[in-house]
Amino acid sequence: MTERDAIAKPWGARTPFRPGEPWPDRVDIHLAGGVDPDDVQRWVRTASMLHSNGDAMDIAVVDGRIVGVRGRVEDRVNHGRLGPKDLYGWQANGSQDRLTRPLVRVDGGLVETDWDTAMDRVVTRSTQLLDERGPSSIGFYTTGQLMAEEYYTLAAIGHGAIGTNHMDGNTRLCTATAAAALKETFACDGQPGSYTDVDHADVIALFGHNMAETQTVLWMRILDRLAGPQPPRIVCVDPRDTPVAKAARDSGGVHLAPLPGTNVALMNALLHEIIANEWVDPDYLDAHTVGYAELRAQVEGCTPEWAGGICRLDPAEIRAAARVLGEAERLLSTVLQGFYQSHQASAAAVQVNNLNLVRGMLGRPGCGILQMNGQPTAQNTRECGADGDMSGFRNWANDAHVADLARHWNIDPMQIPHMAPPTHAMQMIRYCEEGSIGMLWVSGTNPAVSLPDLSRIRSIFSQDRLFLVVQDIFLSETAQLADVVLPAATWGEKTGCFTNVDRTVHLSDKAVEPPGQARPDLDIFLDYARRMDFRDRDGQPFPAWHDAESAFAAWAASTEGRPCDYTGLSHERLRAAPSGIQWPCNAEHPDGTERLYVDGRFWSAPDHCESYGRDMVTGAPLSPTEYRALNPDAKAVLKAAEYLPPHEPPGPEHPFVLITGRTIYHFHTRTKTGRAPELQAAAPRVWVECSPADAGRLGLTDGDLAEVATPRGTLHAHVRITGIRDGVLFVPFHYGYWDTPGGSAPDGGPGRAANELTATDWDPVSKQPLFKTAAASITPVEGGQR
Amino acid sequence: MSKLPLVLRELHRSETSLARDLLAVADRHQVDHEIFHVGRDIAAWSQTHVRLLSEIGHDHGLELDPAPRWTVPALSSLTRRLSTATVHRPESGLLLLADLRRVHRKAAGVSLDWELLAQSAQAMRQGELLALAQSCHPRTVRQMKWANAHLKASSPQIIAS
Ligand code: SF4
Repeated sequence: MTERDAIAKPWGARTPFRPGEPWPDRVDIHLAGGVDPDDVQRWVRTASMLHSNGDAMDIAVVDGRIVGVRGRVEDRVNHGRLGPKDLYGWQANGSQDRLTRPLVRVDGGLVETDWDTAMDRVVTRSTQLLDERGPSSIGFYTTGQLMAEEYYTLAAIGHGAIGTNHMDGNTRLCTATAAAALKETFACDGQPGSYTDVDHADVIALFGHNMAETQTVLWMRILDRLAGPQPPRIVCVDPRDTPVAKAARDSGGVHLAPLPGTNVALMNALLHEIIANEWVDPDYLDAHTVGYAELRAQVEGCTPEWAGGICRLDPAEIRAAARVLGEAERLLSTVLQGFYQSHQASAAAVQVNNLNLVRGMLGRPGCGILQMNGQPTAQNTRECGADGDMSGFRNWANDAHVADLARHWNIDPMQIPHMAPPTHAMQMIRYCEEGSIGMLWVSGTNPAVSLPDLSRIRSIFSQDRLFLVVQDIFLSETAQLADVVLPAATWGEKTGCFTNVDRTVHLSDKAVEPPGQARPDLDIFLDYARRMDFRDRDGQPFPAWHDAESAFAAWAASTEGRPCDYTGLSHERLRAAPSGIQWPCNAEHPDGTERLYVDGRFWSAPDHCESYGRDMVTGAPLSPTEYRALNPDAKAVLKAAEYLPPHEPPGPEHPFVLITGRTIYHFHTRTKTGRAPELQAAAPRVWVECSPADAGRLGLTDGDLAEVATPRGTLHAHVRITGIRDGVLFVPFHYGYWDTPGGSAPDGGPGRAANELTATDWDPVSKQPLFKTAAASITPVEGGQR
Repeated sequence: MSKLPLVLRELHRSETSLARDLLAVADRHQVDHEIFHVGRDIAAWSQTHVRLLSEIGHDHGLELDPAPRWTVPALSSLTRRLSTATVHRPESGLLLLADLRRVHRKAAGVSLDWELLAQSAQAMRQGELLALAQSCHPRTVRQMKWANAHLKASSPQIIAS
């Protein structure tokens, strides 16, 4: 066991291994100063809450307080390792400024109150809206950080009891395109690959995925492969010169830094090369896919020269990358926000699926696809239906699926709205803006910092006619604008399960009591349901469950026969297992399932599939009939897409392309990481990255204060000169106003939230907002403090 | 004498009109961001079709404008004002439904025109014309489905609220 300085050395010491060998163990631990491992009274099982990797860990408890964490050596995900946010982030739980009592708005200000008063306001407003304007006047906006039991309950309340179509998670900002890409290609969500593919791959391609910062522990696994015998080659697509880019160069792979917004052009050129050089697997294509002829026709003219002009890349680099991908024997591809939050998000992410499919690289060790998530429980938001999807990967356009869910809930199918696809987050915000949503209930997220074009968002949330309920653990920027604030318990203070990117389900047990009157989100939702007196068909209280264990049992039962089959899991089973278990887990696969689609059999049969797919440009859903004609035999669908120019190209006034993103020491809007001393000290204030050539031209030096502007707003940030490509600026999105005098907005002066600058535009297929394609300018601030 | 030039001329007229409509609808609904962005993206398809029709028209003795004026300026500044004036009002929804309905109808007309062209090209063994129809027509259908899909997705909220 090692205490290590995870700020200075985020990935720790190497434990090299060779292909096919198990990843060696390394146990990371961090305890509060002065606490010795022998002092710890209880170790309580959980997993990471501050990223999507799902690192298993134990919480150390002394006298009813959390005093540290230790990686779980028995776990398949991390073999004992923890990242910087795992090691330090828990301290936020104990912050002095946790919300401990409900708040209600009185005479313009928020005042403390009791639970009855606060819930009474929520219930009164809900009832009034339901009576006067019906279910479509109520919306729910949740997160990727609650637990499966809580999402399933929220989905049952929203879709079942109330019958509103307006429910989404902030996973819309991070993982919606991952889900959409899987639905387009495999007609169903569900991650095909496994983290263990890292152990076997000979080429690992990361598309818009700075894994070194976003999933530090998975990156340690790759670093250990790179340090061992027969290391893999890395291909990296990223306009920034990240640690992944460096690894690509050092491993004999390729780093491509395309102009943001041109991913589809690049992917089409890579596919063009692979097809032209006959690096395809005709047998696999023939047996397991449809759509190859269309794909081949689409990419036929997409030569590296053509793409090079659009992406501003040397065609030779594109050829070199295609060769590495084309000659791989075991190819693992991963995708994240560089694709998901950029122009033509789904179309680009789908081309990565196509890459693995045309090469026949799926379902074998080392041959996998990871369409990554950003948040720890994003997978559950999707599975359980709290992002608007129907619970259990059911298909909104399939009446039999709606009826099946209604049977599980014991309600009338007509009560579940399914006349149109579920309302996505940005559309819900639009309904709030024009007034047709009268109550928005936000749980565990901070849209007043995380959504694009913040001045618009603030003005929407500040409307008197919108009743805003915020359920959180801190008085976030969004909570400050609320009418009712409900204090929630968090990780370590409640019991529940969550699932990581590679389908590993972990149990997270309660270690300590929540502060003051804060309550688990599950209890808050169920309390609301009881006060609203929701009933099922037999007049029994709905939802029928009453605690985390019974909620999980109901959820697991509802997944029977669905791809995300949890019927073999229960709290008891998970507690008895050495550590996490991968779904599907049922009687047939009692120990879970490492890889999906091993035999090339997909969940895409028309009666079974979750989605019939959408048009890659217009986003229009395919009809059941169209889908049946396209894919009668349950194969994977190769979807071609044409390149379209980005919507806000740089011009004379705004000559740069602005991209925003996650960085290693922070999570989201820093509500937790900004309250962990080591993490806060490591990156206390916002910055802007630009290239040496651009900086030189503009007279900027490292550390200067600069103003970054787009047609929507400005912010001030300190300059970091980095290896980012020319013509591109990067601003981290973590910084808001809760720890500034402004509180919920800039205090008169210039802002510091990246989303002051971003545009309201989203991918028509996944509805994910595009945070990475705004035109921007940068200018020095005279006399700015360094 | 063949009536092919007539068919081409009509198609050029209807595609031009569809492009104008899509651009106008996008403009009018800037606060409905997906309508704005995708409306413009797919208006570009019609603009491309107009150019291709003009090119191929030459071979049939036609002078078809490859890039007619796409916007009707007076209308567009008015609609822009309308678009911002109704940003906080649900009434803009009804306007949107009417607009989508018109786009759908118009695209359906263009789609029929492409059918007509394809049929006659086939009958008259005009390979190039047939190829043009085969490459353009699917996009017209996608434009139509776009309008249909948005109408379906937005009408429940607009009518119910
Ligand atoms: S911060 Fe990352 S994880 Fe969170 S919503 Fe955004 S992209 Fe997703």
